[in-house]
Amino acid sequence: MDVLGILSSTASFILDPTTMAYALAGLGLAVHFGFAGLLNMGMAGFMALGAYGYAIGILTFGLPWYLAAFVGIGASIVFALILGIPTLRLRGDYLAIVTIAAAEIIRLFLLTSAFVDVTGSADGLSGFNGPGGTVTNPIAGAGGFNDSNPIPDGEYGFPPFLDDERTWYLRIVGGIILAVGVYFVWRLVNSPWGRVIKGIREDEEAVRSLGKNVFAYKMQALIIGGVFGALGGLMLAFSTNVNSGVYVTSLTFFLWTALLLGGAATVFGPLVGSAIFWVLQAFLGLLFPALAKAGLLPFDSIQAAQIRFILIGVALVLLVVFRPQGIFGNKKELTFVK
Amino acid sequence: MSSSDKPTTPVKSTGLHVGEIKPGVAKKDPILIADGVRRQFGGLTAVDVAHVEIPRNAITALIGPNGAGKTTFFNLLTGFDIPNEGTWSFNGKSLAGVPAFKVARMGLIRTFQLTKALGLLTVMDNMKLGSTQQTGEKLWASVFHFLWKKKDVEIETQALDLLTRFKLDAKKDDYAASLSGGQRKLLEMARALMTKPELVMLDEPMAGVNPALTQSLLDHILNLKKEGMTVLFVEHDMHMVRHIADWVIVMAEGKVVAEGDPYEVMKNPAVIDAYLGSHQDVDLGTVTGRITLPKQGKEK
Ligand SMILES: Nc1ncnc2c1ncn2[C@@H]1O[C@H](COP(=O)(O)OP(=O)(O)OP(=O)(O)O)[C@@H](O)[C@H]1O
Ligand SMILES: [Mg+2]
Repeated sequence: MDVLGILSSTASFILDPTTMAYALAGLGLAVHFGFAGLLNMGMAGFMALGAYGYAIGILTFGLPWYLAAFVGIGASIVFALILGIPTLRLRGDYLAIVTIAAAEIIRLFLLTSAFVDVTGSADGLSGFNGPGGTVTNPIAGAGGFNDSNPIPDGEYGFPPFLDDERTWYLRIVGGIILAVGVYFVWRLVNSPWGRVIKGIREDEEAVRSLGKNVFAYKMQALIIGGVFGALGGLMLAFSTNVNSGVYVTSLTFFLWTALLLGGAATVFGPLVGSAIFWVLQAFLGLLFPALAKAGLLPFDSIQAAQIRFILIGVALVLLVVFRPQGIFGNKKELTFVK
Repeated sequence: MSSSDKPTTPVKSTGLHVGEIKPGVAKKDPILIADGVRRQFGGLTAVDVAHVEIPRNAITALIGPNGAGKTTFFNLLTGFDIPNEGTWSFNGKSLAGVPAFKVARMGLIRTFQLTKALGLLTVMDNMKLGSTQQTGEKLWASVFHFLWKKKDVEIETQALDLLTRFKLDAKKDDYAASLSGGQRKLLEMARALMTKPELVMLDEPMAGVNPALTQSLLDHILNLKKEGMTVLFVEHDMHMVRHIADWVIVMAEGKVVAEGDPYEVMKNPAVIDAYLGSHQDVDLGTVTGRITLPKQGKEK
């Protein structure tokens, strides 16, 4: 068994763009659920819109990558409005039902072959990050994300973080978005705005009785969290192809696990939660097959890799039961135990 | 509170009404007028108020047996519930169809019978939430600390002053969830006052508050009047009602059955009937009272 190899591959996940994408979307969920009490079960939909909005913006509309990114963000804002206007006036649980369904609708829209020219259907979309535009879409010659990389070609860093200029560029861009995002959310939730939002999380009527427009606040929270979801999707799209198979409901649940792990009503919780989640996920995904190969587990290695998902489910249950506030959360500020 | 040790002698406002005293009598200077407000829950008519006026800058008590429709009437007046029919206005402006938060912004603030202290916020944050027109509550401004810092400090001073009056200052950094039931009532009332309302509607503010604190709470309500506010409150204890109310409105089965000066109204057969079911020669204070208030020497 290649213990060192497993550990080194695992460690590289700490700085993986996927981890950062999760952290961004997790931050959005923290705004939704942790601070505003909005049960969004469709974060995968927001992420899909971010990723596809970006890819379609480049491939179909021929926009430069940075403008295309705003297409993704704009799509998530529109999505939040469409979800929020009918449901935010209703009781909280309705939002959960509607978001889970809406995210599925989005995914199926992206998957159906009816729009194959735009969405790529089951194949998804690729080649939108450049370099130098793409063959499939010459208009995108305005420059892809990869072309914007100022880092000279070459390998940088040290193992396990010895990587090429593109990987480092992704890490830097992701890191900057995350840092700005975390600062923004931290400012928000520690402001009078955050106070109103936290009040709404607990009792809308009380906040309404003090003259606050509860609906508007919930809508703002839904949009902000949704934009972070889109940024997560964008981050994924920067790093790889987009495919509707990624933005499934289980992605939403992984996000919830990462969020609850770190602490729902915290700003740094989603960050650390995502890091731990991905590192564990990667570690177990490598460890179990290796154990199986070494004959220590009674499964074949493909089955063994699936065990981690069972463990994630068990971990989520244990977490909610025994440490609902997460690693960073304040026990007194629990959001779902009263 | 200036007078927490020796009770304030209530200065009763008189001459509030115009003409003969009867349910729905006109007031000289009404702040709130309700007309034909009816609310049905299925077959049950919870509120059916033909006409009622609340006098400005006075303390009005809304009394009536359990299930009389007092809370429902509060909900209707403040936009938390919608009546089947009727019109009502505050300061001459119609409130029909106005959402609850806008009603609150107009200066009509209510508290809830089932207390709504926000347990997951600190006592201080609860108070600050009450303050109106905060720049920092706007999404974009909230990110820029310097835009709202000064106002926040001001609010904190104001909140601390109120908390001291309500004897909650020692608890300011605790989560409101750690307060006792009575303390939550106090917090909710203090928070409502943070909005600097014109009319305060208190739904059983004294329920669950211990006698010593009740006294200072009563004094505080009296002070609100001195400061120019109008108070409408629901209370079951007739001693308290007699002690501080300038005017009493009695509801039974959704209707206003009597109005008047607190001493006179309790002799009204319709009121005694509403409470006791039959004509009995009992003082209502004895039946409903929890505590004995010091005699004010004003008993008629
Ligand atoms: N949401 C509701 N649905 C159905 N019936 C209701 C509802 N709210 C109130 N009622 C009914 O309306 C009537 C008036 O209730 P309300 O709460 O206004 O009484 P109240 O005068 O405040 O009583 P209490 O002194 O006990 O607080 C009651 O008969 C009650 O059962
Ligand atoms: Mg009531």
